[in-house]
Amino acid sequence: MRRVLNGNEAAAMAAKLARVQVISAYPITPQTVVVETLAKFVADGELDAEFVKVESEHSALSVCLGASATGARAFTATSSQGLMLMSEILYVVSGMRLPIVMTNANRSLSAPLSIWNDQQDSMAVRDSGWVQLYCENNQEILDSVLQAFRLAEQVFLPVMVCYDGYILSHTVEPVDVPEQDEVDSFLPPYSPKFKLDPEHPITMGAVGVPEVYQEFRYQQHEATELAKKKLVEVDEEFGKRFGRKYGMMEEYRTDDADIILLTMGSLAGTIKEVVDRWRGRGEKVGLVKLRLYRPFPAEELAEVLMGAKAVGVVEKDISMGWVGALYTDVVAAFANVKRRPLFLDFVMGLGGRDVKFSDLDEVIEITSGAASSGEVGKVLHWIGLDVEKVR
Amino acid sequence: MVKMIEIRFHGRGGQGAVTAARLLAEAAFLEGKYCQAFPFFGAERRGAPVVAFARIDEKPIRVRTQIYTPDHVVVLDPTLLGVVNVSEGLKRDGILILNTREVPRGLKAKRIVTVDATSIAIEKIGVPITNMAMLGAYVKATEMVNLESVLKVIRSYFKERVAERNVAAVRAAYEKSREMG
Repeated sequence: MRRVLNGNEAAAMAAKLARVQVISAYPITPQTVVVETLAKFVADGELDAEFVKVESEHSALSVCLGASATGARAFTATSSQGLMLMSEILYVVSGMRLPIVMTNANRSLSAPLSIWNDQQDSMAVRDSGWVQLYCENNQEILDSVLQAFRLAEQVFLPVMVCYDGYILSHTVEPVDVPEQDEVDSFLPPYSPKFKLDPEHPITMGAVGVPEVYQEFRYQQHEATELAKKKLVEVDEEFGKRFGRKYGMMEEYRTDDADIILLTMGSLAGTIKEVVDRWRGRGEKVGLVKLRLYRPFPAEELAEVLMGAKAVGVVEKDISMGWVGALYTDVVAAFANVKRRPLFLDFVMGLGGRDVKFSDLDEVIEITSGAASSGEVGKVLHWIGLDVEKVR
Repeated sequence: MVKMIEIRFHGRGGQGAVTAARLLAEAAFLEGKYCQAFPFFGAERRGAPVVAFARIDEKPIRVRTQIYTPDHVVVLDPTLLGVVNVSEGLKRDGILILNTREVPRGLKAKRIVTVDATSIAIEKIGVPITNMAMLGAYVKATEMVNLESVLKVIRSYFKERVAERNVAAVRAAYEKSREMG
C-alpha cells in the first residue's frame, strides 16, 4: 500500500515488517521518530518485540549485541553523537559477526554543536566492520532495511542503513509499503547455527590471542568482501518480488558522459535534476550514486568511471588535513588502473547547509574546466563557503 | 498541472505550519499526485518564525533543496508580515495567501488572497492555531487539490472530535477568504 511517510517512519515501518524481536535504541534528533514509532508499535501490540529502554547508545547497542547472540533479530537506530558513543560496541558487534541492523540518520558531529545534516558521523566509523548503505529517498530507506536483514543474516555481518537527517528523516513523500506476507516470504525468520543457549552452552566473543586474532580479522574481511556479491543477489531477488532494485550503485546518464559526479545519499536526487538541465544544454554530464560504501565496490566503480574525462566527488564529510573520505576511496580504486579520469573533490552541505542548484552548477563548471584543460589544479573545493566569515 | 508547484508556509512555532504542509501533500497524494513536505531545518521554538515547504507534481519529485522561488506562499500569522519578507522569491505569477484582517500594504504578488484565520480558528477550534483555516483559504485560492481531499486527510489524521472542529475551520475559511483587487 502506498502511504505518505517521512524517512524515520519508513525506517520504523521496515523494522516492523522485518518482525524484529528486540529493539533497543536511545532517542536523538533527528532519529527520535524511529524510536517513538517503534515504541508505539510494541505498546499497541502491532509488533511482538522486546523494546528495551536504556540510558545511552552504548547500552542500546550492547543490548542488541546480547540479543543477537541469543539468536534474536535485533534492531537499533541512532545518529551523530549517539553513533560516536556506540563506536566501541560497533567493533565488538562486527567482530562477533552479529547480524544487527541499525539505521543512522546522518547528522554532523560536535563541536560546534549541530543537529543538522552531513555524513561525517557514519563516515567516521567506516572501518568498524559494518556494511554501510546510503539512501536517496524514503522508499530506499524502507527497502534497504529489509534487504539489510536478509544480507546481514547471510554473511553474519551488521549492516548500517544511512539516510540524511532532516532532508529525509523529516520529509514526507509517497512510500510503497509492502504487505507483511510478501516481506515474510522474502525475509525468513533468523535461525543461526551458533547462538547463546543455556541448553547448549558455547562461548562467544572470547579473547583472541595472537595465534588466532589475525585469522579472525582475515575471515571478517573476506566475509565483508563477500557481502558485495550477496547484496547484488539479495537486491535481485528483492527486485523480482517488489519491483524495485538499487544495486551497489546507480548510474544516471553516464554512458557517454565526459563529466561524472559521484555522491552518496539524498544529494543524488537533486543532482539528477541538475544533470538533466546540463544535458538539455548538450553537456555530457552524468551521475553515479554510490549506495554501498562498505564493502567498497572498487572494481565496479572503476569500470563505470573510467570512461569519463573528469570525476567530481560530491561529499558531506571531510578528513581534516586531507580531503573527503569518499575521494580517498575512489582515487585508491584507480591506483592500478591505467585509463583513469581526473579527480576533483567537492565538500559541501556540512552542518545542514542547504545544497542549491547553483552549488552543483559550480561543481560541474569546475569539473568541466578540468576536463577541457586536462589539469586538475586545486583538488579540494569547499562549495557554498562564505569567504567573508573565514577571513 | 504541467510543472511542479512549490509552496512555502510561514508561521510561528506552534501554529502548525509543518502539519499544514504535510496535510496538503497528503491531499495531493490522495488525488494520485506526487508530493513532498518538509520543515525548514532550523532551531524551532514555540512562537519563533518558522517555515515549512511542500512540493506537488505529476511525476516523482527528486529535488531536495529548500524552496527559494515558490509558486504559492501561505502566511499563518498576521504579525509576521512586518517581520519576515514573506514574498521573497515568489514567482512572477505567484499567489500570496495571508492570514490578516487588514489590507496588506507593500506586498507584491500577482494575486493576494486574505482571510481572518485567527478569528475563524478561535471560533471553530477554540485556540488561535491557524493552519486548518489557512488550508481552507489555500484550496479556495489555488484549486491545487479538492476541498474534499483535504477534509478526508484531516479526518484520517486527527481523532473525530478534533477532526470535526478542524474541518469546520477549513470550511469557514474556504467560504470567507477574499481575493484583493
